[in-house]
Amino acid sequence: MKYETVIGLEVHAQMLTDTKIFCRCPAKFGSEPNTQTCPICIGMPGVLPVLNKKALEYTIKTGLAINCKISPYSRFARKNYFYPDLPKGYQISQYELPVCEQGHIEIVIDDNVKKIGITRIHMEEDAGKNIHESALPKAGGGNYSFVDLNRAGVPLMEIVSEPDIRSSGEAVEYMKKLRAILRYLGVCDGNMEQGSLRCDANVSVRPAEQKELGVKTEIKNLNSFKFVEKALEYEIERQKRILKEGGKIIQETRLWNTERGITESMRTKEEAHDYRYFPEPDLVPIMVDQQWVGEIAKSLPELPDAKRERFVAEYGLPEYDADLLTSEKSLADWFEEAVRFGGQPKSVSNWIMVELIRLLKEENRVIEDCPLKPKQLADMLRLIDKGTISGKIAKTVFEEIYKTGKDAETIVKEKGLVQISDAGEIEKIVDDVIARNPKEAARYKAGEEKLIGFFVGHVMKLTKGKANPQMVNELLKKKLIDPHP
Amino acid sequence: MELYSLTITECRDLLDRKEISVQDVVRSIYGRIRAVEDKVKAFVTLTEDMAMQLSGEIQQQTEPNKLKAQLLHGIPLAIKDNICTKGTLTTCSSKMLSNFIPPYESTVTSRLTEQGYVLIGKTNMDEFAMGSSTENSGFYVTRNPWDLERIPGGSSGGSAAAVAADECIAALGSDTGGSIRQPAAFCGVVGLKPTYGRVSRYGLVAFASSLDQIGTLTKTVKDSAQLMNVISGHDPLDSTSAPLPVPDYTAALGQDIKGITFGVPKEYFIEGIEKEVEASVRDAIRKLENLGAIPVEISLPHTGYAIATYYILATSEASSNLARYDGVKYGFRAGGKDLMDMYMNTRAQGFGAEIKRRIMLGTYALSSGYYEAYYKKAQQVRTLIKQDFEKAFQKVDIIVTPTSPTVAFKVGEKSADPLQMYLSDIFTISVNLAGVPGISIPCGFTTEHLPVGLQLIGRLFEEELLLKVAYAYEQATAWHKRRPNV
Repeated sequence: MKYETVIGLEVHAQMLTDTKIFCRCPAKFGSEPNTQTCPICIGMPGVLPVLNKKALEYTIKTGLAINCKISPYSRFARKNYFYPDLPKGYQISQYELPVCEQGHIEIVIDDNVKKIGITRIHMEEDAGKNIHESALPKAGGGNYSFVDLNRAGVPLMEIVSEPDIRSSGEAVEYMKKLRAILRYLGVCDGNMEQGSLRCDANVSVRPAEQKELGVKTEIKNLNSFKFVEKALEYEIERQKRILKEGGKIIQETRLWNTERGITESMRTKEEAHDYRYFPEPDLVPIMVDQQWVGEIAKSLPELPDAKRERFVAEYGLPEYDADLLTSEKSLADWFEEAVRFGGQPKSVSNWIMVELIRLLKEENRVIEDCPLKPKQLADMLRLIDKGTISGKIAKTVFEEIYKTGKDAETIVKEKGLVQISDAGEIEKIVDDVIARNPKEAARYKAGEEKLIGFFVGHVMKLTKGKANPQMVNELLKKKLIDPHP
Repeated sequence: MELYSLTITECRDLLDRKEISVQDVVRSIYGRIRAVEDKVKAFVTLTEDMAMQLSGEIQQQTEPNKLKAQLLHGIPLAIKDNICTKGTLTTCSSKMLSNFIPPYESTVTSRLTEQGYVLIGKTNMDEFAMGSSTENSGFYVTRNPWDLERIPGGSSGGSAAAVAADECIAALGSDTGGSIRQPAAFCGVVGLKPTYGRVSRYGLVAFASSLDQIGTLTKTVKDSAQLMNVISGHDPLDSTSAPLPVPDYTAALGQDIKGITFGVPKEYFIEGIEKEVEASVRDAIRKLENLGAIPVEISLPHTGYAIATYYILATSEASSNLARYDGVKYGFRAGGKDLMDMYMNTRAQGFGAEIKRRIMLGTYALSSGYYEAYYKKAQQVRTLIKQDFEKAFQKVDIIVTPTSPTVAFKVGEKSADPLQMYLSDIFTISVNLAGVPGISIPCGFTTEHLPVGLQLIGRLFEEELLLKVAYAYEQATAWHKRRPNV
């Protein structure tokens, strides 16, 4: 029997606000435990939350970017449960009336555009972190756990998709697109390793003909694209196997075990929490001023899809190049700057996609702190165009700029890399190479044309790659046929 | 006259005229406390050393300063023990917080501190403000200064008793369903619950966030108006505090009340109301008429649902508000073999019976499958109760009712029967549900010399009018001049 997979994702994105959502503590990552806390975010008696307007702005911004309706009236709600990292015993979240509803994101699957519906985006506060240090020797010999509340109160957006996703591949594409949009907007750094972007997946399978959805499981806390893909693949197969064997899927929450590469049951529906949601009485309802929404809409940057289309139209780039270059706003900006300094778009794109990305990857660097500046690439391309250096030499020059930060011209001068374009000089070398390899010359003359490469190689070796390759080619062809015209 | 019996107005006057020093007043207060506190037990914590030191500093500030001092400069006040005071124990009369010293100051006490008030101590209350008699205090019962066999009312029983027994000049309390007005009535003092949002709740340990409001317990209406001038107004730390201007509440005091219409809701004179209470209130209504106000019979038809509505909404919010007392971060912690065990032991041992009862009620009302029938329904009824008041206030300027159906009852009389206890707040609860302001002022005494309270209810943010009418009544009567013989 054929089965269809149905997936909906709940993505948690930490917002890049300076301060927490309900107090003025800094929201940054990685400080000493419990140094970014105050009576409010550690839930002392009698304190009250006050909404950080920036968090609301970022949520609206995101909503607008993914085509949501912005609710004129929304509310916070309390989600009640006990856990040591949740200082108030409830999380302030949104339930019945979220800020954004009914949007969509477009992804490309096998060259087809597919719309993934967005059910809602709501704001909430992050919890703290429990740290279990059973390994630490303590007086009394007991095992201790610690609570770090630096993260408690950091603003989150929960972006909930419709169950429109049909495979793990689509899920990853959706996540990538969403991440790119969030990073374009500057509302989330998208760092999955540090947990600033994480996702829960609701998965079910059903016989291909069936209309009703199958029983779903929820996989919690997937924090990399790879885990999203692997966990979903595993879970889809697991469910299909159960159905094929005539079994029943149990509605439950599961966890991805990274080491074993499987999902494991965490709690069943019967054990599920009753969160006892109710409207948060400490915060007044949020009335969103439509004029403000208009201003935010105007401030939206060009988003990945629009930028990709523009790159194709404006620079004549192939879809593939445009897609890659616009995957990160900073990369797209880098590209456009190089073009502005006179680089031919396709050449710039090639150099970025082949050389630059390779060099960055080797050093695990991001484009933002790339030592090679766009103008330096444009200048180097100009040297190629003028014939000062060959394309081959340019690779060396490029790496040298990247390493030293010096300009192409300086490097070419210092290292004596100027291309030999003097016909007389090249002719001498060509003659010499032909003279020293009479057998190969004869075979070429007899029609073995691919031997041209052999001669080019020798010429280049003798000139340390500096000979103008076009001239070398032309001269060789001429001389091999008629050495003495 | 003893200094401890002064009102804020009188004390200010004597201090400004340099007839007395701040130390004189503070010393007199603690002298009084030493004399009567063993019997009354109004306080959980006394801050005498700090108060004596502070009053010296404050006195020095005034000496060279010929300018008129701020209103509360050097005035000794008591604060209910659910209002956070930085560096001073704030227990909510609960074992759970018996060791809790807040590292922050509530907004109301910050405002008092800016004025230079002197904190006398923190007053006893029903644990976490849940109760109507202070019998639910985790420590001990406060006694009514008029009859030590009786309760002072609650939950702000300690504050009301301290004011009545002259153990402070005035006090702050909090009112979620009548917790200022009912003890004010039982102790024969003035108790004002402002409009929800008039006074910041920042630093008030939450019982039911949508109902809680800080207010005043004073010897006179004017003192209440003066305290309100200091504590009212928007607070950026409390989003539910109203961003509205605050009038000078003393400005209208003394104006006549001719032509003001007051509603007398027929639902409030019901079976179960004590005869002497009803008689005193009827007398008060006639007095208001004599002063030129015009009585109008009105109806608040949903009054009968108020207690049920209140006990669903208040307990629902409480079940969530009290979740933070889990033994993890601060306060009391009981041991346990694992996390769940520690949670359960801490909350079983740290909370009193009434707290646990209300947490269970609220948890139930919010549970999935019951939410619609209880919490949601109660919210709808709350809207109807609000609308009752809106409609009534289209016809009348204020509403006049008894504060409580009875006078102070005996210790132990109702503590075994929660429902009987809950009925004690039957006339005050609707006011919290509607968010409107209410004041209780003394309006008579029973043959047993127990005070009776008259409740005046006003439109949203119209404390000014309430105070004006209350002042006119007070000035035309002598009830507020009587003091208990402790």
